[in-house]
Amino acid sequence: MGKPTLLGFLVSFPMSCSSCQCRGLSSLAKKAIMAVTGLVLVGFVAGHMSGNLLYFKGPEALDAYAKWLHGLGPALWIARAVLLVSVVAHVWTGIALAAENRAARAGGPAVEATRRASVASRTMPYTGIVLLGFLVFHLLHYTFRTVGADVAAAGDAGRVHEMIRLGFASPGVSVFYIVSMALLCLHLSHGVSSMFQTLGLRNERWRGRLDLAAAAYGWLIFLGFAAIPVHVLATK
Amino acid sequence: MVKENSPAADHPATLRLRLRVWRQRPGQPGAFEEHELPAVPTSASFLEMMDLLNERLIREGKEPVAFDHDCREGICGMCSMTINGMPHGPLPGVTTCQLHMRNFRDGETITVEPWRARAFPVLRDLMVDRSGFDKVVQAGGFISVRTGSAPEANSIPVPKPVADEAMDAAECIGCGACVASCKNGSAMLFVGAKVTHLNLLPQGKPEAGRRAVAMVRAMDEAGFGNCTNYGECQAHCPKGITLDVIARLNRDYLAERVRAFFASTGKPRRGGD
Repeated sequence: MGKPTLLGFLVSFPMSCSSCQCRGLSSLAKKAIMAVTGLVLVGFVAGHMSGNLLYFKGPEALDAYAKWLHGLGPALWIARAVLLVSVVAHVWTGIALAAENRAARAGGPAVEATRRASVASRTMPYTGIVLLGFLVFHLLHYTFRTVGADVAAAGDAGRVHEMIRLGFASPGVSVFYIVSMALLCLHLSHGVSSMFQTLGLRNERWRGRLDLAAAAYGWLIFLGFAAIPVHVLATK
Repeated sequence: MVKENSPAADHPATLRLRLRVWRQRPGQPGAFEEHELPAVPTSASFLEMMDLLNERLIREGKEPVAFDHDCREGICGMCSMTINGMPHGPLPGVTTCQLHMRNFRDGETITVEPWRARAFPVLRDLMVDRSGFDKVVQAGGFISVRTGSAPEANSIPVPKPVADEAMDAAECIGCGACVASCKNGSAMLFVGAKVTHLNLLPQGKPEAGRRAVAMVRAMDEAGFGNCTNYGECQAHCPKGITLDVIARLNRDYLAERVRAFFASTGKPRRGGD
């Protein structure tokens, strides 16, 4: 049998109990939740990255964009609520699926052979957990601004460009951001194509194309996000 | 001088092999047992090699290794050994019975294990209980109308591409290599193959949605894992079933759930609310 872990038990308990095998949601329903919430988050990172790239246009453009975003009022809160629900559902379902799959594998064979499964596909739960940690840090860093007084002061005054430069001035923080974005690239390179398969919108002809598109999307997101901390460190 | 590509150059007539075989009695934990086989003919199939080992064990008064086998021509789906971590061994597109010893090297150590999955508990040694698959088929792997005797072949027209696709899926022999190769112990390739086979054909169409939902429920109840689109099942399937059948299962399942959610609630009752 699979090695039971405390984490596995805690997260799988509310969604499925392994003792009686009565599962709340079907396997495919959980997969559909992963795909749909994943799609929301895929769209979000594209929007977030596009906004971020205004950094290179200068302080006025970025600060004005931030002001416009904050001025959206109810629309902003609806977007935030959708994102929060998506993140919680994606993480919760993902961990429950990973725990169930571990148990279903029953330890696996003594000799492990892999013919096709990509590194990205096999590391999804791990890259996902690191990205959750990154998300928490990122929100504390730039949204709730509890990391660093100078960052908080610039952010509170609406000087987003300055806030970013101060935040990324620390090489440790910048490296953490860049590594996290590399992991996001890996996560997306499996997730974006897998999403189509889960929703039944893929076949052998489209698999190669979608895998390529997913890898390209992952790289685009990585380069777009990583460019900013790299630029800050290079021009410090 | 021996030509480089002659069989004699890279394949001696017999191989010296060391086998690590999983031994397990019902209700007890298992362990590997090592055996030296000094002269295995390269022309022997993997199962014939196991027969040689068992003949020796019987002569020595020991218990032979229990393993499943039946047709020994690659179509019944009974043989089920994980060989060096690969269900049905290193040669893609064949079952264990069709794997010949010429695919191994002289002096090699071969690890032989049963299918490993929670839904396939070990019965003894290399035999596992695959009744989880039977439960899935009982839930929807049939047409629930009286079919009578064989109808005239062309009375129900089936377009050639549809017949081909259904036949490709029907090639599944239900051996369980997909589950054994899946790092999640998922049976999606098997269930997808059965659903694709029946849902494509006119006789299976009326129950297509219900079939997909019922078979997925049975799959979950049997304790199989969830698909995460690794693709290992396709790479290990002896019949070359592709992930297309999983995409179709996903599509038919989700479409049915949406359809059922918005299904008509019927006419309002006269005099009622």
